[in-house]
Amino acid sequence: MIDFELPSFIQNQNQLIKMVAEQAMRPFSRDLDENEHTRPDAFVDMTWPFTKEMMKRDLKRIQTAIDANGVSKNGSAPKKEKKVNMGALSLILMIEQLSWGDTGQYLCLPHPMLAGAAVSSSGTPEQQIKFLSRFTEGDPKWGAMAITEPGAGSDNSSMRTTAVLDPDTNEWILNGEKIFITSGGMALEESDGICIVWATIDPDAGRAGIKSFVVEAHNPGVTVAKPEHKLGIRASDTVSLHFNNARVPYENLLGNPEIKQKSRKGFKGAMKTFDSSRPAVAASAMGTARAALEFTLETLEKEGVVIDYRKSKFEMTAVEADLMEMEARYKGAWLLTLRATAQIAHNESNRLEASMCKFRAGEAVTWITQKAVELLGPLGYSRDMLVEKWMRDAKINDIYEGTKQINQLIVARSILGYTRRELK
Amino acid sequence: MIDFRLDEEQKMLTDAIARYSREMVRPVHRDAEENRAIPSAVVEAGWEMGVLPSGIPEEYGGFGEYSAVTGAVATEAFAWGDLAVTMSLMTPNLVAVPLMLSGTEAQKKRYLPAFCEERMPDMTAAITEPRIQFSPYTLQTTAVFKNGLYYLNGEKTMVPLADLAQTILVYASEGSKTEAFLVPADTVGLTIGERDKLMGVQALPTFKVSLNDCVIPAANKLGGGDGIDFDKIMSHSRVALGAAAVGMARAGFEYARDYAKERVQFDEPIAHRQSIAFMLAEMATDVDEARLMVWEAAWKLDRGEDAVRETAVLKRHIDEMVVRNADRALQILGGYGYIREYPVELWLRNARGFATFDGLAII
Repeated sequence: MIDFELPSFIQNQNQLIKMVAEQAMRPFSRDLDENEHTRPDAFVDMTWPFTKEMMKRDLKRIQTAIDANGVSKNGSAPKKEKKVNMGALSLILMIEQLSWGDTGQYLCLPHPMLAGAAVSSSGTPEQQIKFLSRFTEGDPKWGAMAITEPGAGSDNSSMRTTAVLDPDTNEWILNGEKIFITSGGMALEESDGICIVWATIDPDAGRAGIKSFVVEAHNPGVTVAKPEHKLGIRASDTVSLHFNNARVPYENLLGNPEIKQKSRKGFKGAMKTFDSSRPAVAASAMGTARAALEFTLETLEKEGVVIDYRKSKFEMTAVEADLMEMEARYKGAWLLTLRATAQIAHNESNRLEASMCKFRAGEAVTWITQKAVELLGPLGYSRDMLVEKWMRDAKINDIYEGTKQINQLIVARSILGYTRRELK
Repeated sequence: MIDFRLDEEQKMLTDAIARYSREMVRPVHRDAEENRAIPSAVVEAGWEMGVLPSGIPEEYGGFGEYSAVTGAVATEAFAWGDLAVTMSLMTPNLVAVPLMLSGTEAQKKRYLPAFCEERMPDMTAAITEPRIQFSPYTLQTTAVFKNGLYYLNGEKTMVPLADLAQTILVYASEGSKTEAFLVPADTVGLTIGERDKLMGVQALPTFKVSLNDCVIPAANKLGGGDGIDFDKIMSHSRVALGAAAVGMARAGFEYARDYAKERVQFDEPIAHRQSIAFMLAEMATDVDEARLMVWEAAWKLDRGEDAVRETAVLKRHIDEMVVRNADRALQILGGYGYIREYPVELWLRNARGFATFDGLAII
């Protein structure tokens, strides 16, 4: 039944996160932006206990399932229960609220993040316990995901990083270079975190040969290099990783090591991760959009500019018309995001809708924040306020987790029923 | 709990309306436009589906299952078939819904049962005025109260099915507030003028109506002494127009998509090109986005919440979305989009009307 009401526990959770955003994020936004690559300590310290509690609960559920079924034989995760997946809903709405606080800091959330999503969707229950338990104890830790390479962006099937099995030691030997890895430095150098690395075990097998590996922190042969200097989200560390004969244990491969010519399961694993990560990015975008929209409306109201929604277009000023369009684009993209998220919650397939909301949200936040800077005039353009920073932060949403164009391509193929051969 | 799936009854209803639109409306909609008349069998079959009576409370003869969300879902399915047919079928809504929202008990008792009959009742509403700066919140038609009677004066246009109407709900400014009056068609001073010649929706007969010192009993003022909740009436209207726009935009998207997959140039379907495929991706996304905005506003109305802001934003958004969508569909069809053998040029002409149709549909 059509219903837009969020469960009350999420509304309560968001109240709490709003406090975190107001107290531990916003006051530090400007300094963290001016001093690139500084870790947001207040935010990290405040959120790490939440992550630990959340992960404890998740892992306990997995452990109970293992104990009940015995050790799973075929290595596949237990069948998802058909009840409502509140976890995904709660996580994505948390991301919206945290990004309302500050996207750069949100990306530094001490949490398995995308690595957690990959381990959960492609790993066995035993692998989930093994690699995620570290997020229930000790000092803050981070998770990261390494897919992009200098020559393989959206076309990630052409990646060159290789994993070769050493039969003597039963270890995978990784070689190659990965770039644009969010929190890669914090995950692998500054904490005992993990990074999921995508590599091919057979370059001739194409997509079928692509597998994902868990690389743990301080692994010999892995070098963290080149923290990028970016337009926005400057609190977030974005690094390159070099793999030089880096050896990882055999059991760090997620999913099935076999290459089935017709099967693209490993690659599909990456694509499946996108079904939940794209609504998450869209939600993050909409958090920034909401911040900019609310701030613009509040600031203009103090100046005596208040929208009267009953005015006809002849009575409306150009600024009021702009504000209404900002509201419309915000609302449209946010509802698309909520829909893709609700589909995850209800265990429905959402490949099309995830890409729809991602490209529309990236576009909306980019335009809304640019408009906010414009409408606030010299104050909007000044670094005394956060609006110009939000505009710089916003643009990343048009780029990462698939550019606007690659997501449009996915939408187009889906609505046309085309393969990648038919629509390039 | 958040969910965007239709319930079983909504699914059955949309399936039935979709079949009606596909099998009865589409085959005749071009001729209806060219002949400026909808075959009466089409209107009768549409009315028999009983969408409006199902929402009227039981004590007035209906089924008491009113829901703006369900109304939006139904309107989209009708408008996918044809906008003129949709607006024709929904003409009785223009009186029934304001009655349900703002009528006094006596007014509901007197008028609502007629909407639950087998035959579509001859009632319509007059809101639009023939001037560029028309706005439903600042009407030039006036209602003046004198010696226990109302005197109505003004000019209206685009009054659907006015030639047959026995009662016309006339919107007028009483002081600075918009009010509505139930005016019998035989009232002295009320003249049904010539039929409008419009750019689109030509199958729907609409008329100019002038009111020259029409004298109306105070009991015919909708809502009695307190008058109407015009914000709410406008919100319900904008949700209906939004839903109709979504239905039409979806029709355009689907038609262009199917055409692009069949039309071969340079040895492959034109849909294989990103320039075409990306337009279709934008169109599909626009349709879904607008539908969600319509549903959200409708859902708020069903919960009794105020939705003036949402529906104002929605209305401005769909006015442009629906034109952009029809324009893209036409562009994808190229020359075929421009000729009247195909439906797309009609959708573009109909689409531009939404900016003017404020108040001309309601659920």
